Amino acid sequence: MTEITSSSAAVLAGLISSKQVSSVEITTAFLDRLEKLNPKTNSYLYFNRENSLAQAKKADQQLADGTAVSPLHGVPIAVKDNLTTTDAPTTAGSKILEGWVPQYDATVVRKLREASMPILGKTNLDEFAMGSSTEFSAYGPSKNPWDLTRIPGGSGGGSSSAIAGHLAPLAIGSDTGGSIRFPAAMTGSVGAKPTYGAVSRYGLIALASSLDQIGPVTNSVMDAAMLQDVIAGHDPHDSTSLPDSLGSMVQSVKEADVKGLRVGVIRQLSSDGFQPGVKACFDDTIEKLAAAGAEIIEVDCPSFEYAVAAYYLILPAEASSNLAKFDSVRFGLRVTPEGNPTIEDVMAATREQGFGPEVKRRIILGTYALSSGYYDAYYGSAQKVRTLIQQDLAKAFTQADVLLTPTAPTTAFKIGEKVDDPLAMYLNDVATIPANLAGIPGISVPNGLASEDGLPSGVQILAPAMQDGQMYRVASIVEKLYTDQWGASLIARVPDLEAL
Amino acid sequence: MAKEQLMSYEDAIERFEVVIGLEVHVELNTVSKMFCGCANNFGSEPNTNVCPTCLGLPGSLPAVNRKAVESSIAIGLALDCQIASNGRFARKNYFYPDLAKNFQTSQFDEPIAFEGEISIELETGEVFMVPIERAHMEEDAGKLTHVGGATGRIQGAEYSLVDYNRAGVPLVEIVTKPIYGALDKAPELAATYVRAIRDIVKSMNVSDAKMERGNVRCDANVSLREKGAEKLGTRTETKNVNSLKSIENTVRYEIRRQAFILASGGKIIQETRHWHEDRGHTSAGRPKSDADDYRYFPEPDLVPVQPSQEWIEEIRQTLSEKPALRRKRLQAAWGFADLEFRDVLNSDLLDEIEATVSAGASPQSARKWWTGELARLANAQQVAVQDLPITPEQVASIQSLIDSGELTDRIARDVVAGVLAGEGEPAEVIESRGLKIVTDEGALIAAIDKALASQPDVMEKIRDGKLQAAGAVIGAVMQEMRGQADAARVRELILERAK
Amino acid sequence: MSEITPDLVRHLASLARILVTDQEVEQLAGELGVIVDSVATVTKAVSGDVAATSHPIPMANVYREDVILPSLTQLQALSSAPDSTDGRFKVNAILDED
Repeated sequence: MTEITSSSAAVLAGLISSKQVSSVEITTAFLDRLEKLNPKTNSYLYFNRENSLAQAKKADQQLADGTAVSPLHGVPIAVKDNLTTTDAPTTAGSKILEGWVPQYDATVVRKLREASMPILGKTNLDEFAMGSSTEFSAYGPSKNPWDLTRIPGGSGGGSSSAIAGHLAPLAIGSDTGGSIRFPAAMTGSVGAKPTYGAVSRYGLIALASSLDQIGPVTNSVMDAAMLQDVIAGHDPHDSTSLPDSLGSMVQSVKEADVKGLRVGVIRQLSSDGFQPGVKACFDDTIEKLAAAGAEIIEVDCPSFEYAVAAYYLILPAEASSNLAKFDSVRFGLRVTPEGNPTIEDVMAATREQGFGPEVKRRIILGTYALSSGYYDAYYGSAQKVRTLIQQDLAKAFTQADVLLTPTAPTTAFKIGEKVDDPLAMYLNDVATIPANLAGIPGISVPNGLASEDGLPSGVQILAPAMQDGQMYRVASIVEKLYTDQWGASLIARVPDLEAL
Repeated sequence: MAKEQLMSYEDAIERFEVVIGLEVHVELNTVSKMFCGCANNFGSEPNTNVCPTCLGLPGSLPAVNRKAVESSIAIGLALDCQIASNGRFARKNYFYPDLAKNFQTSQFDEPIAFEGEISIELETGEVFMVPIERAHMEEDAGKLTHVGGATGRIQGAEYSLVDYNRAGVPLVEIVTKPIYGALDKAPELAATYVRAIRDIVKSMNVSDAKMERGNVRCDANVSLREKGAEKLGTRTETKNVNSLKSIENTVRYEIRRQAFILASGGKIIQETRHWHEDRGHTSAGRPKSDADDYRYFPEPDLVPVQPSQEWIEEIRQTLSEKPALRRKRLQAAWGFADLEFRDVLNSDLLDEIEATVSAGASPQSARKWWTGELARLANAQQVAVQDLPITPEQVASIQSLIDSGELTDRIARDVVAGVLAGEGEPAEVIESRGLKIVTDEGALIAAIDKALASQPDVMEKIRDGKLQAAGAVIGAVMQEMRGQADAARVRELILERAK
Repeated sequence: MSEITPDLVRHLASLARILVTDQEVEQLAGELGVIVDSVATVTKAVSGDVAATSHPIPMANVYREDVILPSLTQLQALSSAPDSTDGRFKVNAILDED
């Protein structure tokens, strides 16, 4: 069974379609492993063997009937717990939603079901995806399979630890400022944030509506491309979803060719503030690309200096409004104080007890940024910084086809190390945030282990808006440079969890 | 609550200048809601026209209804507004249990329509141009029911119940600029303005426009300033006034109340107020405070609506005539006296009479049918005249039979009764009830001779010039003919025989 | 020097309908002060003539046609409500009138 759980989704899909291994067998293998190891990693908040197997059985039946349509038919998948599912509780990592079983499926979940991909369970996250370590989950942090005392990144640390720990072959994440890419870098997996609007947000419990995007977390670039092809597309339920298809990502991966490629290195994200081992891995990636024939160009994005500040105004502002609906009336927790409380008292007590400290911090910060007298200075200025960042990127993309940065400033830090220092935590996303502010696609691909701690490092590839294919093409080139060197993917080197 | 002291209306107007501002909410009659596909339907079982979006469930998103935007543009055009090339939605953030998301999706600094005006004619014929600041799109809230306590009001209630069927129903809010110079006519102008808006949205069929159902609701802002003063006074906003009469009364009351306070050296508190029609006064609601910081920001779940010039022109083509112009045109064409025409307007029968005239009846006969016999029958049955099961075409066809002498007025009323009783078209009623007028002169003469034979002195009297004596014979003949004769013709025949 | 005073935190928490204890107010004032000082750098980044971006990808709205789609049943609508009665969501009495 080890071969099954350490195989890529593309391989598993091939085994299923050629009827060498059934979806039930593959799903069973992952369920066996996650039931045994989830207590160590806390990747999943919820799983249900019978339900997953029923879906797998249906997939096998369709295959027998000749009605299978999806390239990932029968391959099981983990879903971040901020996507609504009618057959599983959806908590968004918060106490305020404990036990809520949604009345509808997210569009992405519906697409997974239509592709006959059994859902293994719902993965852990920082409460409402606010965080970069999963330490802000109301249900405890997930652990990094490379070192169980370390964070797996966040907010999607449940998905990244499930991938790196082989507790799922594929996972769905959401990325508002790096919540797919940062955890991918922390765990040596691949994580992609498509162009804003490429994937429907309907059913994604919103953090910041103008920044949120759903995307794949996987073992390989090809797996990510296959998954994006399944979940992308216009959705009438989401007015911000792109009206037109971006084409096949799988096709782009297949066409990967380094010839004539212009690779931009952002001056503001290639020098200061990076752990030496991470910086060394990044320099190595650039050297490898140059050696393979790519042209390396340094580009200037001066406004990136303000990206984190703008992000931490826009995100809390939108979140403060998005999270107002958690009021104890129609769903979720209700806390009724002593005495003869009014509904106002009930709402305030519910939100006090139902939200964790980081969520409250950001709601109050966002309320401040939008409030009368401060809007122009804070929210208004932040929206203008967004324009400047887009202008910087537009210019950079005239010089280069893609831009590369280290995905994260450090490798995975210790659980507890930054939890009491919000500002330090916010800086984890310094390299990933600009893509969300500008709506462009970005992917993190593993590029080695940092020499000082032996932990994974990731390189981020950014492409112009709507050119997700370009992003996958270059990601595939980078990935191949490393697998050629290593003879396998980085993730194959993750320690044996059963022994830890 | 202690009764508030008021200045007499005349004194108040003498001393102060009145400035009013009106916000009218119009509920659109789209099939589905503003941002989701739930039915926009009045009177359904509670919480049956709801979905994740209008219930504000986590993860749900809005999608804009094309027809709602079209209707909003139409309203804007009818008010001579400019239409925005980039109409952005915004979130208005405040907590209230009838507001599913605890923000209202509305428009803030980029409304769909802005800078318009509408001319309002008062009863005296005086015309005011009311300046329109904006008309913007937004969604309605759910409906709260307060249970327990004495009055079903908020105060003293034990708990409240929420029905979200109305949540997300499309609204257009029409906001005037401050209206100056109405002087003593301010209350009448306010009511006439709201009636004009109601008539417009009704004639365009973008709203059911039933004020009693809250399809059209008005918030009235009133402030006073000393005559000659530059600075505007502090205003109050009386919320959700929902009849024309109440609007007039509200404005009048606020003028008198504020005048008393100002004259006795007091200060007006900026607050929302509520009108109580039963008790004839407004009462203070919540004062404006920091809590009214709505933290508007662009709705990130929607992209702006950008109506093309072609679309706007297409909508402009479909606009019906403005009600005020239409009224003027019809009164002139029909030659009605002012009083007659006001009767028609007050009974809301313009459409029916116009249709009856189009079907061939003379304007006066159409008016008489609708404001006379039909209004009487409707009143007796306690239904609206408009709801009687008779069409303008049927009324016109009955009238044409009267005009050609085939029916008398009295028989015609029987025909109407038959139509209302569901006996079919007028011709069928005439046929089945045997109501055709007797035009066979031989039969009439026979009946006359028979009557004269029993009243031999009548001929004598007629020859002596006492023509009214013919009445007794006419009565007998009509009785003989079971009413189905033309009394005028019978009279002519009697007089002929007396020669 | 931060402009985030305990009174401001109290006011913001009340706008956001979150109950806060005095101790939380002090702590939040400190934490938010540091964050606000840091993010306030955005005000230095921009001049007046820069347009604001509220949506990352310029796109035209796709309208929903005015047709009815299936709604939830009343039972489904109320299924996750903390309290309900007579087909409606039940809440404690409301304090202020508006």
